[in-house]
Amino acid sequence: MAMEDVTGRPPPKNAMPISPIGWARRNLFSSVGNTILTLLSLYLLWLLVPPFVDFTIFSAVWTGTTREACLVPDAGACWPFVWANIDQFIYGRYPPSEIWRVNLTFALGAAVIIPMLIPGLPARKLNLVFLLVVYPLVALVLLAGDRPGLPPVPTSEWGGLLVTLVVAITGIVASLPLGVLLALGRRSDMPAIRMLSIIFIEFWRGVPLVTVLFMASVMLPLFLPEGFSPDNLLRCLVGVALFSSAYMAEVVRGGLQAIPAGQYEAARAVGLTYWQAMMQVVLPQALRHVIPGIVNTFIGLFKDTTLVLIVGLFDLLGQVRAQLSDPNWTVPQGALTGYIFAALVFWAFCFGMSQYSNFMERRLDTSRER
Amino acid sequence: MSNGSEAPAKRLKVSDKVMIEMKGVNKWFGDFHVLKDIDLTVNEGERIVIAGPSGSGKSTLIRCINHLEPHDEGGIVIDGVELTDDLKRIDEVRREVGMVFQQFNLFPHMTVLENCTLAPLWVRKMPEAEARELAMKYLERVQIPEQANKYPGQLSGGQQQRVAIARALCMNPKIMLFDEPTSALDPEMIKEVLDVMVELAEEGMTMLCVTHEMGFAREVANRVVFMDEGEIIEEAPPEDFFNAPKNERTKEFLAQILAH
Repeated sequence: MAMEDVTGRPPPKNAMPISPIGWARRNLFSSVGNTILTLLSLYLLWLLVPPFVDFTIFSAVWTGTTREACLVPDAGACWPFVWANIDQFIYGRYPPSEIWRVNLTFALGAAVIIPMLIPGLPARKLNLVFLLVVYPLVALVLLAGDRPGLPPVPTSEWGGLLVTLVVAITGIVASLPLGVLLALGRRSDMPAIRMLSIIFIEFWRGVPLVTVLFMASVMLPLFLPEGFSPDNLLRCLVGVALFSSAYMAEVVRGGLQAIPAGQYEAARAVGLTYWQAMMQVVLPQALRHVIPGIVNTFIGLFKDTTLVLIVGLFDLLGQVRAQLSDPNWTVPQGALTGYIFAALVFWAFCFGMSQYSNFMERRLDTSRER
Repeated sequence: MSNGSEAPAKRLKVSDKVMIEMKGVNKWFGDFHVLKDIDLTVNEGERIVIAGPSGSGKSTLIRCINHLEPHDEGGIVIDGVELTDDLKRIDEVRREVGMVFQQFNLFPHMTVLENCTLAPLWVRKMPEAEARELAMKYLERVQIPEQANKYPGQLSGGQQQRVAIARALCMNPKIMLFDEPTSALDPEMIKEVLDVMVELAEEGMTMLCVTHEMGFAREVANRVVFMDEGEIIEEAPPEDFFNAPKNERTKEFLAQILAH
């Protein structure tokens, strides 16, 4: 009984194409309630959208080199403020002569990550090893320096988008494998491992990220022996990674629960070991189920990086705020401009992630139906 | 399926070599005593059909044989290897024991071919080309080589179960366990799966089969084992089992199952 042999006549086509008025009548004004909601929505859009567009585009000041350019009456966004500070927004206080190192790190990162995201490319395993092992080391050497030809740049001079990406990518890359291990641990038959996983997960989920960062940055050095104090940024990275891995663990556990026990049993019955059964059979299916949840956690993590501001690290948002106090650029609309810029950058990254997640879901759905 | 008085599978000789030996096996699910003092010996080349009402412990019994369910008391020896909690031994036994499930349990994210090559590649460390060749050989035997590159979800139930049999055979098992292989199938697909199983039996495979297909039992089995409430109630060649059951509960069960 082959299923592709189904033939017959195609489904009926819509006889009449619907006119725009007909469409509106059917979808927007079909009832009194619907009509009221439609009008209310239109009114709200009219209140919000034109002023925003006017501020950011039509009344905005686009060119200029000093604050005077933005001091015209009724001026909108002061984009020259952003252009003038763009290096700070991206690199923080990284020495301008060494910025090429950051750019090289970004470029290498893109070269490693983008092929990873394109399905069906060969050598993905090698690529993964690169992403997880080689790239972090190369990035560390490049960014921190202190090698022949690379003068050291302390992390206190890092800032802006650089810090945002370092924190977010470290958190993302570390939290998925850690989360998977914790999720498996929580479902383990071994009481000790299960207990430890539960304690770990519930501890990190129970404390706010602000507390974690504060502990890592302020309290931890007090407990550690004198002279042994890991870098502030590094401590925050570890805190963020552990924090997000606890969330990831629960997302992954949800996926594991959706896989019927028979899958694991069948894998064991043909002789696979526990780890082989997990890696080859259970996890590929479980992770596919929870792509939306995983990406949700990534997006949350990406935005949570802004919290490193409270321990004295300047991420993109922190750097924008810092530049606002620059006396050369004190203009009334400066803060709003800066925040809109930061919001747009964050939105671009998060929207990108969410679109990629949708793309992967659709692709896995169509190529491998159950 | 049945043609003539004597099916070919019946003429096969059974060797003296003991493949499965269960002695005094007991098992509990919580407080529920699911297997009670099970003694069962299966020789190489024997075909055992296990029958009984639902909840009688049939599935649990065969799941103990490849240690998907650990037993609490007694001994189980498979081809000379005693099943204990030792993981190495369990893996050793599982490599030699194939299993087919009621719900097929194919891996939906892999193609039919990948389903079949997975274990040879990872467990036997076979080179990929060889594994693929082996898989195609068995897919041909279950008569679906043309579906090799499809995903299980694109196949009918009968085809999926035949893939599941091919997947188990790819490990060249010495024993095949069937856990109600046709119970989840639409009626018109049962035959294609039973045909494959009969063929396997004719090749002399040692088989344990939990099934309600009494025609299959009559034609293929050396022995029918009847279980109820966790005990083996009766154990007899199919002719005796169907024509002259000794135990009351067996008679009752047969009356119900053969009534229509």
